[in-house]
Amino acid sequence: MWGNMGSKIFAVLVIFIALASAVPIINHTFLGATVAPPEDISTHGAEIDKQLDETMLEAGLSFLAAQLVLGFFVWQFGGRKDGVLKNFPGGAKYLVIAALLLVGAEAIALGAMGTKAWASVYFQPASADALPIQVQAGQFAFYFRYAGPDGKFGALHPDKIDEGNANYFGLDPANDVDARDDIQSGELVVPVNREIHLMMHAKDVGHSFYVRELRIQQDFVPGLDLSLHFTATKIGKYEIVCTQLCGLGHYNMKAYLTVMSQDDFDKWLKAQSQ
Amino acid sequence: MPETSAHVAHHGPPTSFLRKHVFSLDHKVIGKQYYALGLVAVFVGMVLSWIMRIHLIAPNSAIPGLQWLSKVGAPGGVVTPEYYLSLMTMHGTLMVFFVLTNAPFAAFGNYFLPIQIGAEDMAFPRFNMMSFWTTFVAFCILVSAFFVGDGPPLSGWTAYAPLSAVGGDSGPGQAVGQTLWGLSIFVFCIASLLGSLNFIATTLDLRTKGMTLSRMPICTWAWFITSCIALLAFAVLLPACLLLVLDRVAGTSFFIPSGLNISDHLQPHQGGSPLLWQHLFWFFGHPEVYIAIVPAMGIISHILICNMRKPLLSHKVVIYCMMSIGFLSYMVWGHHMFLSGMNPFSALVFSFPTLLITIPATIMTLIWLGSLYGSNLRINSASLFSLGFISMFVAGGVSGFFLAQPSIDIYLHATYFVVGHFHMVMGVAAIMGVFAGTYFWFPKMTGRMMNETLGKWHFFLTLIGTYAIFMPFHYLGLAGNVRRYSAFTDDFLVPLLPVHKFITYAALFTGAAQLIFLFNLIYSRFKGAPATENPWECTSLEWSTPSSPPPFDNFGGQHPVVYHDPYQYGAKSSTGDYLMQTSPEQAGETP
Repeated sequence: MWGNMGSKIFAVLVIFIALASAVPIINHTFLGATVAPPEDISTHGAEIDKQLDETMLEAGLSFLAAQLVLGFFVWQFGGRKDGVLKNFPGGAKYLVIAALLLVGAEAIALGAMGTKAWASVYFQPASADALPIQVQAGQFAFYFRYAGPDGKFGALHPDKIDEGNANYFGLDPANDVDARDDIQSGELVVPVNREIHLMMHAKDVGHSFYVRELRIQQDFVPGLDLSLHFTATKIGKYEIVCTQLCGLGHYNMKAYLTVMSQDDFDKWLKAQSQ
Repeated sequence: MPETSAHVAHHGPPTSFLRKHVFSLDHKVIGKQYYALGLVAVFVGMVLSWIMRIHLIAPNSAIPGLQWLSKVGAPGGVVTPEYYLSLMTMHGTLMVFFVLTNAPFAAFGNYFLPIQIGAEDMAFPRFNMMSFWTTFVAFCILVSAFFVGDGPPLSGWTAYAPLSAVGGDSGPGQAVGQTLWGLSIFVFCIASLLGSLNFIATTLDLRTKGMTLSRMPICTWAWFITSCIALLAFAVLLPACLLLVLDRVAGTSFFIPSGLNISDHLQPHQGGSPLLWQHLFWFFGHPEVYIAIVPAMGIISHILICNMRKPLLSHKVVIYCMMSIGFLSYMVWGHHMFLSGMNPFSALVFSFPTLLITIPATIMTLIWLGSLYGSNLRINSASLFSLGFISMFVAGGVSGFFLAQPSIDIYLHATYFVVGHFHMVMGVAAIMGVFAGTYFWFPKMTGRMMNETLGKWHFFLTLIGTYAIFMPFHYLGLAGNVRRYSAFTDDFLVPLLPVHKFITYAALFTGAAQLIFLFNLIYSRFKGAPATENPWECTSLEWSTPSSPPPFDNFGGQHPVVYHDPYQYGAKSSTGDYLMQTSPEQAGETP
């Protein structure tokens, strides 16, 4: 029943699939859902978005070209019997050169360009006047700590962690003066347009900090103190989610990031310390 | 390299049922045993993925019968969030180790590598038997996790420490289940090391007269290169699993630092490094991707050449590409860890060779495409699946281009984009290679042909289905959809549910299409049309055995002599448009 049909069906199908796959990428929508990154609200995110767009263009064109050529050759040569065998003009040599020049150069150029975006997040430390906030990830919640009026964080004592008494970080205010005015929060509240220095540690197992709009993602590694810095440029409320598998409640491990004006932030901080 | 030949008769024909079908020393029986184990594992893995997909779109609905598998994990048939993670862990582990490592490499490699080089058996038949049965033990240990304690572990197939290392405090399944996981993979590594050594020794020592290295078919090369990759990769995972198990049962702290407070218990460990596990795991884990895909590259090249009736534009370039991919695979493990907290400068060091892998991958793709030009391409189930492999390899390959860049990885890491990427390139593409190999070699393995009509239906439905499942994964990833979530309750994830529904329906559809294959496999085994010795008019040695399936010593006591390169197609000869490797005749004319 198939006869020569197989090659034609294959060709049509592959070309159709390739073109159909590209539509949601171009339209940013699939089945009514938005399938593109949300609006960027960070100072460094534009570089990442640019890199993503350029890669999408080059990868997308390579994908389409390869599938179209595959479909076309199968359409033309599939099911052919006793035809005169021909070799691709130029043979393997030119294809190897083309791969080296086009794809190799493209890959290396993209890689080199991407280092700028990476460097802006990871190579520069937070500036000295950035607002330090400590974040602790634990099964299955994030907790945030602000230094309070004295500007000093109290020391951590993992053995003193007591969630029942809201001592999420394991502070020892009875013996530690620095810890007495520390502010703990289940929500990350930051002033707009001010650099934030997140000091990250995990209480139990690995977790990760991901805010789509901020174009920020960083793992928490038990035993390591890691740091991350960003500047949010738009007032609003965003979701922070955990992206490192951390146990049964992983899907539900989240917190909110609230970006507010400096005035509102000062008021919020004051209200928290009372 | 001196030409060598297999002069030693390894073992006589088996006489008892046990020696013939169970504890067989015959590489062909062992190959089929690996294939059967892979088949069982792939169907279990697929059913697990169905349960996961159904749970994702209907988290509170009961799946009838599931309560019998686990009363705790699925009370009344409703999957709990933790049981979802357990199913996910088992799906990944079964698929990566027992399907993608077993089927394209161990199964087909075992069956055909010795025949393709003109040997009677593997270099070490007893080791070979031991490899399979050790793998089988590993499989049993893993599957037993379903039935003991509080179920399978939930830390994923990557088993990141300290979640995987601290024991029951970190969640259900993390007590006995996780220990069984560690032991299973430890045992699996032993089996794979034995198998790889055997493949390497066989390829280097047992080639028949005239079978120089350059006359080996591409798939023989692919299995040989894969053995070299596997030898190094599993040699690292083996001690890593041992250390993990020790952390769990012997109180050591290789992967656990001090000061961890888990479930209100201060853990009695100090001094370990969670990143050490990640480094050891991915030092194995990335080459593992190529352990799955390189054999498939070899298989589909071999099949396409036969069906195009002309050699590839360059046999050697494809082999060099596979070698360079294997070599580069050891320099890129850190691209799984860009955001892990390791030194951010090293991200660039790992990114560069990852991008370089694009070059050999592109060269191979261009050579496959360029070789199709001007060919007399025969369309059958085997060649269609080979073409499907190319399509899928490209689709999965281009998404790697995104993830290789640390800056883009900040956004796409741990999203469905990654899941879509590796399922396409490592999962579907490799499985397409296995399907191609099955349709192609089934006549030689059983003496019967598979049904072509069913095979083509199977192919087209699988092609449509797998694209329908895995392309939308990329769209979800672009929207920031986090992976390994058992339910989508976040504000930004709820609007994406229609996409998940589409994927679930596509997965059920594609899974159902695999039943066509299963039926075809079983039906053709007993009722298929009888196969001739060389139904595809192929040139390599597996088609010059005196019968299908070949006798226990492959060539009926003869030692074949090889006169030609493996792919003499388009030649004018007494057999038609091809010359067998064993034919002393010279080709009249090659294009």
